[in-house]
Amino acid sequence: MSSESLCFHFDVDGNNFISAGEASVQVKKLLRQMGFAPDLIRRVSIAMYEGEINMVIHAHGGVADVCVDQDVISVTLKDEGKGIADIELAMQEGYSTAPDNIRALGFGAGMGLPNMKRYADRMDVESEVGKGTKIVLEFIVAEG
Amino acid sequence: MEYTHSVSLDREKCKGCTNCLKRCPTQAIRIRDGHAVINSKHCIDCGECIRVCPYKAKTAIYDKWEDLDTSKYLIALPAPSFFGQFSQLYDGDYLMTALINAGFSDVFEVAKAAEVVTEYTRRYMKRADIPRPVISSACPVIVRLISLRFPFLCDNVMTMMPPIEMAGKMARQRAKEQHPQLSDDDIKTVFISPCPAKVSWVKNSVEGETSPVDYVLSMSDVYFRVLDPLKEVASPTVSSETGMIGMSWASTGGESTALMNDRYLAADGIENVIRVLDDIETGHFPNLEYVELNACNGGCVGGVLTVENPYIARVRLQTLRRYLPVSRNRLPVTAAQKADEVPDELFTVKPLQYRNTQMLDEDRKESIRKMRKIEEILEGLPTLDCGSCGAPSCRAFAEDIVMGDADETQCIVRMREKLQSLLEQQMEGNK
Repeated sequence: MSSESLCFHFDVDGNNFISAGEASVQVKKLLRQMGFAPDLIRRVSIAMYEGEINMVIHAHGGVADVCVDQDVISVTLKDEGKGIADIELAMQEGYSTAPDNIRALGFGAGMGLPNMKRYADRMDVESEVGKGTKIVLEFIVAEG
Repeated sequence: MEYTHSVSLDREKCKGCTNCLKRCPTQAIRIRDGHAVINSKHCIDCGECIRVCPYKAKTAIYDKWEDLDTSKYLIALPAPSFFGQFSQLYDGDYLMTALINAGFSDVFEVAKAAEVVTEYTRRYMKRADIPRPVISSACPVIVRLISLRFPFLCDNVMTMMPPIEMAGKMARQRAKEQHPQLSDDDIKTVFISPCPAKVSWVKNSVEGETSPVDYVLSMSDVYFRVLDPLKEVASPTVSSETGMIGMSWASTGGESTALMNDRYLAADGIENVIRVLDDIETGHFPNLEYVELNACNGGCVGGVLTVENPYIARVRLQTLRRYLPVSRNRLPVTAAQKADEVPDELFTVKPLQYRNTQMLDEDRKESIRKMRKIEEILEGLPTLDCGSCGAPSCRAFAEDIVMGDADETQCIVRMREKLQSLLEQQMEGNK
């Protein structure tokens, strides 16, 4: 990432489930103003939405940093939550550790991380149990 | 083609306050030279500004009663919400007769057309090859909002004609059957509308073709015209052909419950609707079949051209429809028409095209540069979103500056601080 990137910072509030997903809506609007293709905007906002929801459910919130370049958009999601013990397992579709009350709301279907991987062009997960998780998502901007 | 709007401003009455500025859901309003200015590129005709203006400076554009050519065969098309405006109305036939007595040649209920639309929609939903959820196209504000903001939902918007168009079409057809001597030009259909958005719909969507709807009158104008005739109706001369389903379209949920499919979502109020659309676009609601969205609180009964409080109107409609059959416009399944068949000629709504009106620049490099500039300017702004500069928020103000439409000195808060520090320097100097 060049030092030229234009970055936006978002605090994801872990105490307010109702506001979860708001940052990705804001990012959608910003990317639209910069004229990115609708398909790319959709991929970024869905992946980021999943990340936001995860941070709220599992880590009492965190921070999201979105950096925009001419040819790449990166989303970094960082939290100080309980961490992921087995990343490979967590990446499997349908695997979920979300509590029942969250599932009752329609979340926690075990599609969060798999969806992030599916929609991003590159995904990097670093996690330490008891310390927290850092996920970096990259999206390649197609020419045009 | 330039989009014709139905919300406009009376410059004389506008004091340049910030009420509409702050409430506009698409940030289409700015205050310039002490008056509101509506940017037609962003306006979705929702009418929020009309609702909140304390000086009645925002007005809806619609046809006037006097504009009607009385030499023609005029057919009134009352929206279902119209029947909820009158106290002491226990039978819709009386109101329909009052419309005839007020000067119309015929009355055709939009609710009747709505029942036909419901029947066809139920059939349409049986198709396997349609993008789901299907989003209703009945509220023109929603359709425009989606075309400007939700590129991935454009294909989900129903392309079958909405009840208003169906009503115009059916009314004309019936008039010609009953009076074969009438030519197309002799018949004029007059929609009695709860909102200005339907005016825009009529003025924009049927460009270049013979419109099935010729005039759009304001519901509140017609209300006062028929009050006296209504009192004088001794026994009705025309009768309603609508059941519960048609009447239910007047308020939120009516349209979708009529589909007999419980995987639907019905929401109203423009801010709620935007939130719902954002969530649907992110894929947050899986397995939804049908989405009914209304810009006004309560649905069409909440339109700005109505007279009565939407919730009271809704109660009245509940009373009115209590003893009605569920539907009076059922389509028989015949050998010729299969259970999921919808005639092609009913798909008159053009597939929705997404238009990005928010882009800072055609060139992406330039857009990113402008966005960076916006962020820089925003750093120096108070983020009070007070609106005194004429923009609805500090961010919108920063955008305006970058787009060359505003000047940093217009920020009253920052200017006051500057003045303060100048004064302090002066005082220091005097000591």
